[in-house]
Amino acid sequence: MMPHWLDNFLFTYQSLVYSLGVNALLALAMYVVLAVGQLALGQAAFMGVGAYASALLTVKLGAPFPIALLASMAAPALLAFVIGAPTLRLSGVYLAIATIGLGEVLRILYLNWDFAGGALGLNGIPEKAGFVWIFGTLIVALVAFVFVSRSRIGRAMEAIRADEAAAGVMGVNLPAYKLAALVASAAIAGLAGAFNAHVSSFIGPNDYGFDQAVTILSFALLGGVGSPFGPVLGALVLTALPEVLRPLHDYRLVIDGLIIVCVVIFLPTGILPWRIGRIGARK
Amino acid sequence: MLAQQLLNGILSGAVYALFALGFTLMFGVLGVINLTYGFYFSTGAFIALYATHYLHMPIWAALPFAAAVTGLIAIVIDELLLGPLRRAKAPELSSLMVTLGATLLLYSLMTAWFTTDIRRFPPAVFDGGAFEIAGLRITLSQILIVATTALIVGALALLLQKTRLGLAVRALAENPDAAQLMGVNAGGIVRLVSFISGALGGAAGVLIGLNYNAIQPYMGEAMMLKGFAVIIVGGLGDIRGAVIAGLVLGLLESVTAGYIASSMKDAVGFLLLVLTLWFRPVGLFGRVAAKRA
Repeated sequence: MMPHWLDNFLFTYQSLVYSLGVNALLALAMYVVLAVGQLALGQAAFMGVGAYASALLTVKLGAPFPIALLASMAAPALLAFVIGAPTLRLSGVYLAIATIGLGEVLRILYLNWDFAGGALGLNGIPEKAGFVWIFGTLIVALVAFVFVSRSRIGRAMEAIRADEAAAGVMGVNLPAYKLAALVASAAIAGLAGAFNAHVSSFIGPNDYGFDQAVTILSFALLGGVGSPFGPVLGALVLTALPEVLRPLHDYRLVIDGLIIVCVVIFLPTGILPWRIGRIGARK
Repeated sequence: MLAQQLLNGILSGAVYALFALGFTLMFGVLGVINLTYGFYFSTGAFIALYATHYLHMPIWAALPFAAAVTGLIAIVIDELLLGPLRRAKAPELSSLMVTLGATLLLYSLMTAWFTTDIRRFPPAVFDGGAFEIAGLRITLSQILIVATTALIVGALALLLQKTRLGLAVRALAENPDAAQLMGVNAGGIVRLVSFISGALGGAAGVLIGLNYNAIQPYMGEAMMLKGFAVIIVGGLGDIRGAVIAGLVLGLLESVTAGYIASSMKDAVGFLLLVLTLWFRPVGLFGRVAAKRA
């Protein structure tokens, strides 16, 4: 099915390769909300909802994997839809803090929810998500984003990011776009969470908190949010980096942090400041 | 039972208030959410630990010493991280991100040096003795916490409301450009506010470290999440709001732990935070569109 060398490579670096794919999807989830100028940091929380939804379905109820995946998108999307209306009225740091607060509330909920394993989390999740699932989804998502960027919707999103008030005056339905972006972001993050649960076979309540939210934001920031490729590149770099920096042991995260600091100060538009909207506009 | 719960609530609320004061002051004057603030909390505790352990300082000297050193560290961190962004007039998102990255850097540096082992103050530093007053149990460290918090809150209120320096700080918070035209030394005030905030965070760290006698690098991160709740509920940049919201959070947490479940205690702050943001984003005492110091 797969070439021999790829099989070998996957066997050796399996968990790293899977993390690359999962983190790239999470970076895309972050990109969707940043693309409409919303600093909503709920991706880790949505990832957790997706992971718990699919893990509970497969482990406790024996549901087939595709059904679990659908649920892992639907559950966080529904949550995003419900909290969207009051949350998206907030802006800037308020929105960021509210969405971080959401993650913490969920964390405490998992901790106290015995059916979901409480503090121990869930073990023995079937390892059904593989290379094809994860990277297939990533490619489909990237292609979809390119098409959206080139469409009327993509231009509207860029207009909102550049100047919300002006976009609103030009007839862009701001609440609808923001809510749609949040729901799409939640669905993608939830799916990434499900993939992650079904390759690592274990999930715990503390995997989706503040640290994870920050990590996901740093993917998008490092890559730049001009195009969906920026965040994906950022995710690949920041996921592979700890492997490259392995000899540094305890100082790996120090370098990670240093990179984020330096990028913000010296490269405010990310390492890939390229925009797709331009190509679309030439039509 | 209820009285003891309320007493415990006021005690932890006092530390939340002390911690949140520096956080909210920093936002009010500098206009940024500085996420490295939780690091000052851990730093204060560690400096006090080393001061008592290696320099054999008594705790009444170690507390101000740790606060002052943390304040100086805060000045340096602010200048290195936020200085360039302030000069470039970078957007809000940049300052949030740069302090996020710095938080990761600083905590992992601290963990690499000190490991995540829990450390304790030497036994000679502090008498863990407790009093019984009218059936209520209160320890010496708890008395120290309340006394220090009251002292610091009072001193800060006096400084901000009654002195020329305080006037300059408030002017800068209200309108940076106008304040500078009136001859306020903006750079100096920024450093002063960084110092005070860092010192407040550091002092809160020492007090919590004493109270639980458990110190480790990530202690500031858990506190930071409570700090968010307090400054949002109290209103960003609102000093009086932070004190009241801190006490309210402490009381609610301790009542929740006593009457519902101790595991739900940590959820209270976030529920409060989310509800405040949904229904009253300006905070408990905020007026819409009001700018405050």
